[in-house]
Amino acid sequence: MGMNEALFTFSVRQADSALVLAQRLCEWCGHGPVLEEDIAMSNMGLDLIGQSRGYYSYAANIEGGGRSEDDLAFHRNEREFMNRCLVEQPNGDFGHTMMRSFFYSAFSALQHRELRSSTDETISGVAQKAWKELQYHARHTGQWIVRLGDGTEESHQRIQSSLDELWSFTEELFDTDRIDEQLVSEGIICDIGLLKPEWDVMVNDVLHAAGLVVPPKGYRSKGGMHGVHTEYLGHMLSEMQYLPRAYPDARW
Amino acid sequence: MEANIQPRITDETRPVWTLLDQIPDPEVPAISIVELGVIRDVQLSGKQVVVEMTPTYSGCPALKTMEDAVLAELQANGYEVNIRIVYKPAWTTDWLSEGAKAKLKAYGIAPPPRLTVKRFHPLDSDEPSRVSCPFCDSVDTKLTSQFGSTACKALYFCDGCRQPFELFKCH
Repeated sequence: MGMNEALFTFSVRQADSALVLAQRLCEWCGHGPVLEEDIAMSNMGLDLIGQSRGYYSYAANIEGGGRSEDDLAFHRNEREFMNRCLVEQPNGDFGHTMMRSFFYSAFSALQHRELRSSTDETISGVAQKAWKELQYHARHTGQWIVRLGDGTEESHQRIQSSLDELWSFTEELFDTDRIDEQLVSEGIICDIGLLKPEWDVMVNDVLHAAGLVVPPKGYRSKGGMHGVHTEYLGHMLSEMQYLPRAYPDARW
Repeated sequence: MEANIQPRITDETRPVWTLLDQIPDPEVPAISIVELGVIRDVQLSGKQVVVEMTPTYSGCPALKTMEDAVLAELQANGYEVNIRIVYKPAWTTDWLSEGAKAKLKAYGIAPPPRLTVKRFHPLDSDEPSRVSCPFCDSVDTKLTSQFGSTACKALYFCDGCRQPFELFKCH
């Protein structure tokens, strides 16, 4: 695969994960349990939309075929989305949303910490900002997990169920393929497999402080990066993409 | 340190900087977009000007408003304007001058404390150790929420004067 094609695919994968999670977080807008958390979720969503724009516009630039960042976000179908399956999972209750974001932001923060030293100027630029933002997403969501796990019997039981349900989607975060290997060998991206031990420590520290128990190894998701998704993504996209598809000429 | 890189202002580009310094930050109008630190460079050749801008936060919705304001202001003064968005070096609140911080405080927003680099762990607190109330200067304050009315502010409450206030987050 040519370098540009590999860079394009990597950028779209990065953008897709950030955008899909942003859309999920913004589904909470107006429904948060308290005003501050409503704002917090939309704020985090906004950061992620910003990060996805950085990657989408770079991908559109590399492709150079006239597709814009908006075309990439709003005019591709489910099977063309290459996000990790974790981020498309439905919101569930507030704790469930915190758990999903925590897994992703701890991962993505570590990845972007490394991408800051990418030999690719654009990726390293996007990473500098993403690293700052994802750290406080991981703190905010991690601290909620502790509060809920160490809270009431009800909150503990509910956040434990979220852990049980979402845990099987975490391994996929670290999946790579030949495109990644190619970019790693060029010094453009980092080998995310090397970050897994650090992610494990952070996640275990939080789950331990919350008094939660990691479920036994069982099913694990895979394939999001190749467009194979759970049933939820298509439904989410049909809502997210509705306006630009129904009114293709609509402008801000 | 990279974070402290300040834009270079020459005699030639100074008139452009002066115009830009009159544009208020759309979300915190007490300071200008130059004081905020989002204008990174100005290159001038005749009446053609290239302005480099950087977002505060990746998804800052005010960036577009600021771009439009830069275009309008410079075009009104006869310039042909090209805006370039740059991401490096990443914007930091350390670029706010002491003067800008004083203006924030007078406006009722606690200025950001200096950035200290901490290890990254989700269980570590990211609250600055001392935040003083912009109204009464008491340090008897507590964090209500890391997320405020805009991406760049956190919500605080002052136990000294029993007032809620906003902190311009250290970033």
